[in-house]
Amino acid sequence: MKEEKDYIRDIADIRSMMERSSKFLSLSGWAGILAGIYALAGAYIAYAVFDFNPNEIVDSSINSGSLSSVLINVISLGVVILILALGTAIFFSYNKANQRGEKLWNATAKRLLMNMAVPFVTGGILILILIFKELIGLIAPFTLIFYGLALYSASKFTFEEVRMLGLTQIALGLISTYYIEYGLICWALGFGVVHIIYGIYIYYKLEK
Amino acid sequence: MKISINGLHKAFESRIRLGIMSALAVNEMFDFNSLKEFLDVTDGNLASHLKALEKEEFIGVKKSFVGRKPNTQYYMSKEGKKAFDEHLKALEKLIKGVG
Repeated sequence: MKEEKDYIRDIADIRSMMERSSKFLSLSGWAGILAGIYALAGAYIAYAVFDFNPNEIVDSSINSGSLSSVLINVISLGVVILILALGTAIFFSYNKANQRGEKLWNATAKRLLMNMAVPFVTGGILILILIFKELIGLIAPFTLIFYGLALYSASKFTFEEVRMLGLTQIALGLISTYYIEYGLICWALGFGVVHIIYGIYIYYKLEK
Repeated sequence: MKISINGLHKAFESRIRLGIMSALAVNEMFDFNSLKEFLDVTDGNLASHLKALEKEEFIGVKKSFVGRKPNTQYYMSKEGKKAFDEHLKALEKLIKGVG
């Protein structure tokens, strides 16, 4: 005959299985912190080294003459930051999944990515169109908005904190669409500062 | 359907069967390999527990092909959902009752 503590363990097991099988829990706070640092470094380089800080949607100073070199530099920088941030996230998630005795690429990881994919890819293609149409001032705001949308739609399948993270990015993106001159600052805030705060929060809440 | 005096389903006495039902309660469908991974059991062991639940008509099976590979998906049936909910209620009652 089972005892009370067995029943309590049954319920604990049921809860844990429900959560493990429906949510991707191998996200690490460290990935957020490091991604934030890359983004801050990137925003600084774009501003101080490449002199990229569009004030209008069609920025004449960037679009004239030196367009290609500044723009190519900034786009390459963006791609490097994205690859670094993704690589770091995969590395830390891989470690965390291993610690939990799970595979990284499992049913919950697939579902998370599937739900991020549509806003993420839409945003990526839209950014390419903006570059092609020389609407340079909209690049930073729109990366924030679409990244925020991707996080928001992924949040049902991982920590609920990701939802707030997504909404914050969307808000920053909308503000900087209106105030184009603050585009780079909002970008640094969203991808840099907000990521770092979120990473520290997740780290203290779940990993310490 | 066998229910013991305290309202607990005999079918859910096994930890693995309880695990299968928990996973299917929050997921529309689950394939064999994913279940195996989450429960950390062998093929044979999982298959026999799935068979038992299938026999009780607590879960349903949907067979299809992904390319050339057979893909078996499991889902919770209406009866399964009802039984699982009752089992949960009974567990909660037992804990509250004693404590």
